[in-house]
Amino acid sequence: MTMQLASTEIASRTAAIIQELKGLEGPLLPILHGIQEEFGHVPQAALPVIAEALNISRAEVHGVVSFYHDFRARPAGRHVLKLCQAEACQSMGSDAVAAKLKQLLGIGFHETTRDGSVTLEPVYCLGLCACSPSAMLDGEVIGRLDDGKIEEIVAEVRS
Amino acid sequence: MIPRIYIPGDSGALALGAEKVAKAIAKELAERGIEAKIVRNGSRGAYSLEPMVEVATANGRVAYGPVKPTDVKSLFDCGFLTGGHHKRWLGAPDKIPFLAKQTRLTFARCGINDPLSLDAYKSLGGLKGLQNAVAMTPAEIVKQVTDSGLRGRGGAGFPTGIKWKTVLDTAGDRKYIVCNADEGDSATFADRMIMEGDPFVLIEGMAIAGIATGATKGFVYIRSEYPHAVATMNRAVEVARKAGVLGVNVLGSPNAFDMEIRVGAGAYVCGEETSLLNSLEGKRGVVRAKPPLPAIQGLFGKPTVINNVISLASVPIIMDKGAAFYKDYGMGRSRGTIPIQIAGNVKHGGLFEAAFGMTLGEIVDDIGGGTATGRPVKAVQVGGPLGAYFPRALFDTPFDYEAFAAKDGLIGHAGITVFDDTADMLKQARFAMEFCAIESCGKCTPCRIGSTRGVETIDRLAAGIEPEKNLALIADLCNTMKFGSLCALGGFTPYPVMSSITHFPEDFKPAPARVAAE
Repeated sequence: MTMQLASTEIASRTAAIIQELKGLEGPLLPILHGIQEEFGHVPQAALPVIAEALNISRAEVHGVVSFYHDFRARPAGRHVLKLCQAEACQSMGSDAVAAKLKQLLGIGFHETTRDGSVTLEPVYCLGLCACSPSAMLDGEVIGRLDDGKIEEIVAEVRS
Repeated sequence: MIPRIYIPGDSGALALGAEKVAKAIAKELAERGIEAKIVRNGSRGAYSLEPMVEVATANGRVAYGPVKPTDVKSLFDCGFLTGGHHKRWLGAPDKIPFLAKQTRLTFARCGINDPLSLDAYKSLGGLKGLQNAVAMTPAEIVKQVTDSGLRGRGGAGFPTGIKWKTVLDTAGDRKYIVCNADEGDSATFADRMIMEGDPFVLIEGMAIAGIATGATKGFVYIRSEYPHAVATMNRAVEVARKAGVLGVNVLGSPNAFDMEIRVGAGAYVCGEETSLLNSLEGKRGVVRAKPPLPAIQGLFGKPTVINNVISLASVPIIMDKGAAFYKDYGMGRSRGTIPIQIAGNVKHGGLFEAAFGMTLGEIVDDIGGGTATGRPVKAVQVGGPLGAYFPRALFDTPFDYEAFAAKDGLIGHAGITVFDDTADMLKQARFAMEFCAIESCGKCTPCRIGSTRGVETIDRLAAGIEPEKNLALIADLCNTMKFGSLCALGGFTPYPVMSSITHFPEDFKPAPARVAAE
């Protein structure tokens, strides 16, 4: 019953987002970003609505959604912590930072803690390469990660 | 006069605590009952000094940095609002060695003022290039850009003027200017800094490109990892539209040009131009085979200029000061300046704009000051994840497209990552293959499958299994990827891999010695 309600609600909210953006040239990515912002992920129930509105197949929509790392099939935790794992951060010990955070949070990359508090993700470059190692917590950038900052991050996602 | 305090809002500065510093300064001003205006500028790019706070005094700007929130009370006690001495005192910002040694053409204004103040932009020479352009014919603009010798700063180094000429000469009922702001290479942040610190220079460059080629619509495709740049660019486009810099009559001329900001979705391969075009069209970011060139059949099949942020942001000064002025800088066929991004394990990291021709050693040792950890430099990767690793023995290589190609490397987007002697080059080579496997769009076999086989082969090598055979296999695989891939992702992944093997063979020795060393 709740699933049924949720899918009609997803359809109607998706339709509203599409209505707002479909006048753009090449509207699919802006629409998908809009949907992810609305629901925290791109729900399966949104795909047929998009396909219908843009006159493309559902398979094409699925193909696009699944191509991009950003679009989630399931909601993330309340916090999203992205750790840069690219070369500049590697040179400053991002491996050790990742290992420490995985241990403190008890999860690996692409996982969410059981209490739903935080999702941990690798990211390949935040453009903070002169402030390595770096991270992004819920859109806020953090540079020169050290033990102190790691502890602050853990305290914040647990609060 | 009300004192003005400049606190960067650049995301690099924010990552180092600029927001907390701004809050502490605002609080202190309120507590002391001092009236002052806080301006959020961009960053000048000296990240070892960020957050760098500046105050406007009767004798010009005075900088302090790196400022911590705990420094704020004592800064006020020392009279920093009038340039008073303090342990964080740096003096006039343009006299700071890291900044004083630069030749800032593209980044002339970056980090000085509020990035969203069009008046501040104009007060430092902004819009002069566009004003000149609207009084010229498209062919004259294209000639000036061609004559300047400007080459694509995204990495390919293709002459910008030639690309523009193809679009100008191709008939189309609609043409596009697409700015590639999908700056995904590790060690690069020049595009981000311009978009956050001087967005109007990019808008001006795109408007000039539009007028030069007959394109009326522009898109800036910014990666989603850059939310601050997206926000600043969106606001700057609004300001430019209101001021008539964009719209149906650009600066009151009969030329129409408008633009939109679009956000990527976390695919590294979308920095490849044809993949970016597919992504803008709302498709999977899969690479297109060339020909047709985007200049002839680009976005939505229309003639399209696709240029990197720095290429476009370098156009206004060329149109302002002339082709000869720009061309005078540089060496060989690399003309003008290049914003070098010094990153990773380095003491003085940041953005260093200079004429082409400095040696790698000067950049890493003299400007960068060696490693942050104080250990010896082992390797530097130039040009992002697809760039070669250079050993100290090649530090005499001058920063020049051809000189780097001659050493089996590339300049790319001019990012340099410094590694100290703890770096394990086998691990770096493996990462290059792994990254290619994660980010491959899947269209061509050498990239899609070769990268995965590359990881497996390097793993066998690390385990000491038939090292000679596996080394030969990696070289063969790299050869296939280099010549058989459709785009630079698969085609250039061999650079970091083969350069690691060539220059650091000791790291690829059989397992027992390696394990013992670790």
